[in-house]
Amino acid sequence: MAKIQLNGRKLEINNKHSITTLLKKYKINGKKIAVELNGKIINRNKYNLIYIKNKDRIEIVYFIGGG
Amino acid sequence: MKKDIFEIGGQILKSRLIVGTGKYKDFKETAKAVKASDASMVTVAVRRVNILDKKKSLLTDYLNPKKIKYLPNTAGCFTADESLRTLRLARELGGWKMVKLEVLGDKKTLYPDMIETLKATKVLVKEGFKVLVYCSDDPLLAKELEYLGACAVMPLASPIGSGQGIQNKINLSIIIKNAKVPIIVDAGIGTPSDAAIAMELGCDGVLVNSAIAKAGNPVLMAESFKNAVISGRQSFQAVRMKKLLYADASSPSRGLI
Repeated sequence: MAKIQLNGRKLEINNKHSITTLLKKYKINGKKIAVELNGKIINRNKYNLIYIKNKDRIEIVYFIGGG
Repeated sequence: MKKDIFEIGGQILKSRLIVGTGKYKDFKETAKAVKASDASMVTVAVRRVNILDKKKSLLTDYLNPKKIKYLPNTAGCFTADESLRTLRLARELGGWKMVKLEVLGDKKTLYPDMIETLKATKVLVKEGFKVLVYCSDDPLLAKELEYLGACAVMPLASPIGSGQGIQNKINLSIIIKNAKVPIIVDAGIGTPSDAAIAMELGCDGVLVNSAIAKAGNPVLMAESFKNAVISGRQSFQAVRMKKLLYADASSPSRGLI
């Protein structure tokens, strides 16, 4: 298991997750979000190549209403 | 008369009214108000996805970013670094480089921190962003932002969300007179007449959020803002009459019985 921080929330997940499968797990459409992994923005073409490791900090963001 | 074109950073916008998408009851109301405003650009915020929310209703489902231009902002950021992080994510998210920078300095007034704003503008321009910058109504700082490469300068009319209207017409007029980039009044507009005044002063555009979203009838208010911005712009182009100290009768005195 990998202990990670996802959007500020501490979680334990299977360490065989790529970003793509992590998004699937939370039913998030990969085309409408951006991902930052340990402070670095991940190009969306690489979501299926990058695997989540122990202690990773992941931020998944999207557009919401704002002024 | 020459065609009146509104261009920001190489992007031609049909409407001089830019609207925010925050504070609405729901996305449905947001979409209706945006439509009624006829705006061709809307501001949006970048936030964490709520991973526990199974429904995940998205703004993009109601406002198609292919039909209306999204202008990501940095609302809620209090340092240059936070703003840069947000806008880099926004660029990845939306795939475009036009963004609105706002670095706040104080939670109560939401007044811009101009030192951090200047710092962030410099970096963003270097990274190829097209930056519209929320700023104080200081003519020197507005000019400095232009020198740094901001593609539009957005001085506040009064504090964000206050609805207090334009509090410093003189500063705003000086900023407009000095500028070679579009000046868009951002923040503090309370009514369509405030927007019309901004346009009559010679602003290139206005950005409105709370005054529409917090109106009794946001959709009707959005339409009223649309008309006010058009009206104010026409008035500016038509050039107002000279002010006189004394009366000047409108009816001729010749032929008076």
